[in-house]
Amino acid sequence: MKGQHAVLGSGSSQTQVLGTARRERLTVVDNEAVGPYVLLRLERSGIEPGVPGQFFMLEAPCQLLPRPMSLCLAPPGELAFLLEPIGPGTRALAALAPQERIYVIGPLGNGFDLAVERPVLVAGGIGLAPMPYLSEALGGPPALLGFRSERHAEAARLLPGAEVVVEPRLVTELLPGEPSDILACGPEPMLEAVRELAPSAQLAWEAPMACGYGACYGCVVEVEGRYIRLCIEGPVL
Amino acid sequence: MNVPVLNASGCLDALTAPEVAATLDAFVTKTVTPLPREGNPPPRIAEVDGWMLNSIGLQNPGIEVFSTSVLPRLQDLGVPLWVSVGGFSSSDYKTCCERLDDLDAAQVIELNLSCPNVDEAPETVVELVQASRSATSKPLYAKLSPATPDIAELARSVADAGANGLSLVNTLRGLALDQATLRPRLALGTGGASGPALRPIALACVYACANAVELPIVGIGGVMSGADVIDFIAAGASAVALGTVLFADPLSPARIRDELERARSRGYSSAVEIRRLAHGLAFASRT
Repeated sequence: MKGQHAVLGSGSSQTQVLGTARRERLTVVDNEAVGPYVLLRLERSGIEPGVPGQFFMLEAPCQLLPRPMSLCLAPPGELAFLLEPIGPGTRALAALAPQERIYVIGPLGNGFDLAVERPVLVAGGIGLAPMPYLSEALGGPPALLGFRSERHAEAARLLPGAEVVVEPRLVTELLPGEPSDILACGPEPMLEAVRELAPSAQLAWEAPMACGYGACYGCVVEVEGRYIRLCIEGPVL
Repeated sequence: MNVPVLNASGCLDALTAPEVAATLDAFVTKTVTPLPREGNPPPRIAEVDGWMLNSIGLQNPGIEVFSTSVLPRLQDLGVPLWVSVGGFSSSDYKTCCERLDDLDAAQVIELNLSCPNVDEAPETVVELVQASRSATSKPLYAKLSPATPDIAELARSVADAGANGLSLVNTLRGLALDQATLRPRLALGTGGASGPALRPIALACVYACANAVELPIVGIGGVMSGADVIDFIAAGASAVALGTVLFADPLSPARIRDELERARSRGYSSAVEIRRLAHGLAFASRT
């Protein structure tokens, strides 16, 4: 079936929709604990991993709406997503067992611009999620990670060689003094702080999102006094 | 059974997802108001116990930009267009309807008379329909709130005021609190609740209005499957519009149509026939 031009309609588990994004039902390979986080590994089927920083909508069992997740790792034949089980949707995803199947749509949105000369990756907490895949695409640049506890910092093993700090120290304390191209993902206060120190940084934002393809206008962020849809204009801004 | 499948207003952007819009029998625009609106501050979306809450706040470019630059691009998609209009006074509705009246691309005007996320117009729903009617000869569909004490009576009144059809129903106002902080999860507090839990409420409204007026009805509220469409047709709708399901599954229009096709093989071949099952002979003979 791979490579076959799919048509709109049911009966097929593999369907082209929304430009290059596809909607398919993927099989769970495994769910692995990574500190307090969970790495959800899915069989890739015909879904492309896309550009680092792009995202996917993952069906969460027994939830009405899918949940947006950026890709963490793209080993051959798989797509892996790093989750923090904090609400009903992420807990349902973290509880998936091997062989269970969920619908996935993607890749969606705009990822990081990889044409950078001196990349430095900066992430806070679950903002680590897109970094391993991004690091691979950029050939393993320097990476700075901040976590709120030693237990959360166990997830740093997904990005070997990264410099790690734990609160009360903040990842922004590690930002290099010399000119560099910052690519960052993390909680909003962290991204604001990074932007303050490095105005040209590429920042991956998140927002509650119902659809991921511009339909709901739910995921807006304010940019220069206008509300723009993060799923269409971002999530990397 | 040929049942037109539309999107509910505000649940699809045909310009960012033309492939999805192309699978609909008509595309209903996001509500347009006389002046541009940035909409409500985020967060605008929350899910709670099988309901979705939204508080978008009618973000739109205003009727002038819509008419001159959005509508022509929508027309290029080749899908029949319904334009949803809203506002904060009868003159707002009149302004929008007047502007659309000579634009051929707008085949139907849906009056959003029931957005739970913005201030209400001081006039009654009937006055808003009358004002709109005075401004256009296009077909007018009145989109009503399910939070109406006697929706059948309201349906009779909007029919008398010149509505040509009903869109039933809009969302219900709801509130979700963050469990840790007990603060509202949406920036402005409440939002419009939608999803499958809304369906029995919407069905009750369709059933009551179908008995009260002879206007065509677009059934809206928690349609997730072909079986749900059959429920709405049996209750008295002649078309359905998809809302929340489109967010989770952009391919749902084709899937639902497929499921409807399969229903035909179970013997449900006409709308009249299944309405008879739900309403009895007297109703069916009227249709």
